[in-house]
Amino acid sequence: MGTTASQLAKDSLSEYQELTFLTKQEILLAHRRFTELLDRDERNHPNPRVPMEVILTLPELKSNPFKTRICQVFSTSEDKDGSLTFEDFLDLLSAFSDSATLEIKSHYAFRIFDFDDDGTLDYGDLEKLVNCLTGETEDTRLTSEEMRQLISNILDESDIDKDGTVNLSEFQHVISRSPDFVSSFKIVL
Amino acid sequence: MAQNVNFDLSHPAVEAGLESPADENVVHDSFSQLIAEQSQNEGLSDAIELQHLQGNPDDDEGRDNVAYLSPSENRGWRIGSDEAAEEDNETQTDSLLKDRWSSATLKILSSMPSRTIGRSRGAIISQYYNRTTELRRRTQKRASIKDFSRSARPSIRGYGVEVDTTDSAEKKQERLVKNLQDLSAVDRMRMLKEMPLNLSEKKDLRRLTLEMTKRTRSSSNLPCCSYLKFQIILALRHSWYSCLSFLHSLQLWQMPLKRVGGRFGSGVLSYFLFLKTLLFFNVFLFLVLGSFLVVPQAVYPPELPESRKPFTGLELLTGGGYFSNTLLYYGYYSNHTLPNCPKNNSTRPECDSRSLSYNMPLAYFFTIGLSFFITCIILVYSMSKSFGQSFRIDKSNGMLAMKVFCSWDFKVIKRSSVKLLSENICTQLKELLGDTHHRLVRNTILDKLIKLLIHGLSWTLCLGATAGCVAGIYCFSDYMHKKQESSENDSEDPGLLKEASLLALPVLVSFINLMLPILFQLTAWMEKYNSPSLRTFVSLSRNLILKVSVLGVLCFHWLKRVAGSANGNKTFNCWESFVGQDLYRFLVIDFIFSLLDTLFGELLWRLFSDKVLKRNRRPGFDIAKNVLDLIYGQTLAWLGLLFTPLLPAVQILKLLLLFYIKMSSVMMNCQAPSRPYRVSQMTTIFITLLCFPSFLGSSVCVTYTMWRLPSSGSCGPFRGNKTMIQAGKQRIAELVDENRSLSFLADAHTYLVENPLFLFVGAAIFLIVIYFQSQVVDGQRKIIALLQEQIENEGEDKKFLITRLQSVHERKRTPARNLPSQDSGC
Repeated sequence: MGTTASQLAKDSLSEYQELTFLTKQEILLAHRRFTELLDRDERNHPNPRVPMEVILTLPELKSNPFKTRICQVFSTSEDKDGSLTFEDFLDLLSAFSDSATLEIKSHYAFRIFDFDDDGTLDYGDLEKLVNCLTGETEDTRLTSEEMRQLISNILDESDIDKDGTVNLSEFQHVISRSPDFVSSFKIVL
Repeated sequence: MAQNVNFDLSHPAVEAGLESPADENVVHDSFSQLIAEQSQNEGLSDAIELQHLQGNPDDDEGRDNVAYLSPSENRGWRIGSDEAAEEDNETQTDSLLKDRWSSATLKILSSMPSRTIGRSRGAIISQYYNRTTELRRRTQKRASIKDFSRSARPSIRGYGVEVDTTDSAEKKQERLVKNLQDLSAVDRMRMLKEMPLNLSEKKDLRRLTLEMTKRTRSSSNLPCCSYLKFQIILALRHSWYSCLSFLHSLQLWQMPLKRVGGRFGSGVLSYFLFLKTLLFFNVFLFLVLGSFLVVPQAVYPPELPESRKPFTGLELLTGGGYFSNTLLYYGYYSNHTLPNCPKNNSTRPECDSRSLSYNMPLAYFFTIGLSFFITCIILVYSMSKSFGQSFRIDKSNGMLAMKVFCSWDFKVIKRSSVKLLSENICTQLKELLGDTHHRLVRNTILDKLIKLLIHGLSWTLCLGATAGCVAGIYCFSDYMHKKQESSENDSEDPGLLKEASLLALPVLVSFINLMLPILFQLTAWMEKYNSPSLRTFVSLSRNLILKVSVLGVLCFHWLKRVAGSANGNKTFNCWESFVGQDLYRFLVIDFIFSLLDTLFGELLWRLFSDKVLKRNRRPGFDIAKNVLDLIYGQTLAWLGLLFTPLLPAVQILKLLLLFYIKMSSVMMNCQAPSRPYRVSQMTTIFITLLCFPSFLGSSVCVTYTMWRLPSSGSCGPFRGNKTMIQAGKQRIAELVDENRSLSFLADAHTYLVENPLFLFVGAAIFLIVIYFQSQVVDGQRKIIALLQEQIENEGEDKKFLITRLQSVHERKRTPARNLPSQDSGC
């Protein structure tokens, strides 16, 4: 069941309202913005899929250092190329919306930070995460000594079962201690 | 996830692990038996090797590729940890990331439930199946604690262990759908929303659930009345949703807020959200007071004793002149029932029908009381909600992990702000890393003494400046008061200059409010603090002390001096109106000074910095100072509520203008904050400040006014030199005399409110509840500590098992080491 060319069917709209955390206005706005990304001929497809490069032209995602990971996590394509259908796009907006629960947000945050997709955050994942956070320029990167110390401190604090990686439950435990997470893990169209 | 290996998770040995450790012999024996079986069982390890040779069959539907570390990554990790290699030798079994695991072991590692619970679809479905079972159990019947197995681990008792089972995906889905069907519709929708699956799978689940529901419902013939009830509930819910989305679409200022958040992050956004909250408070007050006080009085205007003065422009600033005898102030309101029908003269048309009568004094009394009460409830509720979000039970043992995982603000869109945010995070991380080093550096005694001296000096300076300014305000207000009293004796017409001299006190106070924080900032520059949050707290407390003392001396001036001099003077005959006018003036001048501050502080500073100093740094937006200014303005508005019922309207206008001016100023002149700002904590503090000094102070003042101060004799709803409460009680007694049915209210008042025993018992119950809650919190802390210990032990068990498995595996392989291609993980 996909979307028709220029309008959302009414029952699809109510179904999306029930299954996601978005309101009707947000869903309609998302539909409008999504169709703007499509080519003219793609708009008549029953279930168009937008490639990742086009999604990344959205101003809300353009400067985000985690943009490729976000697209890859929410993508349901077989080739794992990060392309999104409209429903994937709604999933993305729902997870980043105002009313999404802490659990959904922490679940998807974990998957976004898991760069190698192995189900835990190990040393390499944490290193890539810190590099994304501190930026690409030379003067804001941490030295390798600082990086090593930082990651060992993080693992000391958050790795409860001491297996050298942070799994989903440990991640959620850390997240639950921070009251700012819910308000900062938000993207609004 | 036990599809690839023959590890039988439902083996009785695993179940036995959940029993009391008194049965430890059983546990150990059965596990070593299992491993011994493995070492004898050739077929098992052959199966593992065979699987490996055939490659990785991607048969699990949701699982992504890359289940194990590739050899190149292994080598990379090994090179990186060369320096730590010596320590690693002793701690070989400490980490499960060693590269000497064979790929089969790695495959087992990667298929462990703790690693797949977040990713594989089957695992998620099992997890939610367990949750829906829990929900069903909770709604249907409370499971007693005796039903659970006795276990020495207190944590397992009562907590569902969310294990993944070995059933196929379809069966799991079937069971989940069946569970979903049994839940109520609200719970079902909530469960579906909260599942971290993608939308097409959720749609399938929903469709299956609805189909099954329809089938079971059609098979059981519901009586028509419960079907009707069901339809009514559906219709109600549908209308509730449309109401919610309508409210959502009314959202005020959504686009500007999004732009500010996108450029400056959550810190500056919190100032504008606070402004929006204050606006809603004032709109509520305006509606209540307007509909109960202003509108009835406007419909039946009283007879004015003197003619209205002509309108000059100065009224907008001073509130006097043309505005003096209008709806704006207390003095205009009548002290009898509306419409005012003298007993003998019934020429007015409204007097014919006695149906509408509106007792103005009572209405005034109760409306003010009610609005304060409701504001109090809303404030306390939002304060407790905000506090509950930021209070954490377990003492956090470090901020680093939290900073790394939670500090990225996804709202920020602009590229330059993103860059600033990255720099900000980098600085914070480096600072925190440096902290863990510097904690070891000891300061010498001399250093500590000098630091203490500087702190003492700056505190003395700040407090001294505050005290000096407060004394100045006291003396100046005294002087102005005496001047006004003496000038009453002159019979000249009050000219414009005299009206303008009323503005002197507000201008002085606002000037002090503007200048002194700059002084505080200068003194803060010369001090050195250990942490930026300490610096913020110190500056916040200094500003707070200044504002509280200024407001205190002003309240003293109004309530003691002005009210006390009510007898005799013409101006102070209606002292409540005078105080109301004073508060109006303060509000307007405060607004003008904020405009000036924005102009000079931000616009001119930016121009100066760009053109003269040629720096690329723009001024930052001082969130704390601006929020304190907002709180100060709101305190004035609350103070003036009793004396000026239309003051919320003035405050609404002021806030609207302030929003747009501040928004454009911030966009044009400021840059994103360069220092870290903990949004949630600061918002909690601001709401607490709004509740405690601000609202509490103003309600104490208003209560004192109503309780102790005699109201003026010639104007207002409570004429006759009694306090407002006495007048109110008298009115209520009259009302009760007229209608006997309301006597129960008076009795209730006498026995409940004025009886000290009732209050005593209420306070005692309150304290007991607080004590119980604190005991609950203590108990939860203990459980958290126990659970952490338990998880560590489980981690040790896991390592033990994996190393044993690996050693068994290697022992099997050593005789067959002729084929080097088999072992690619080492």
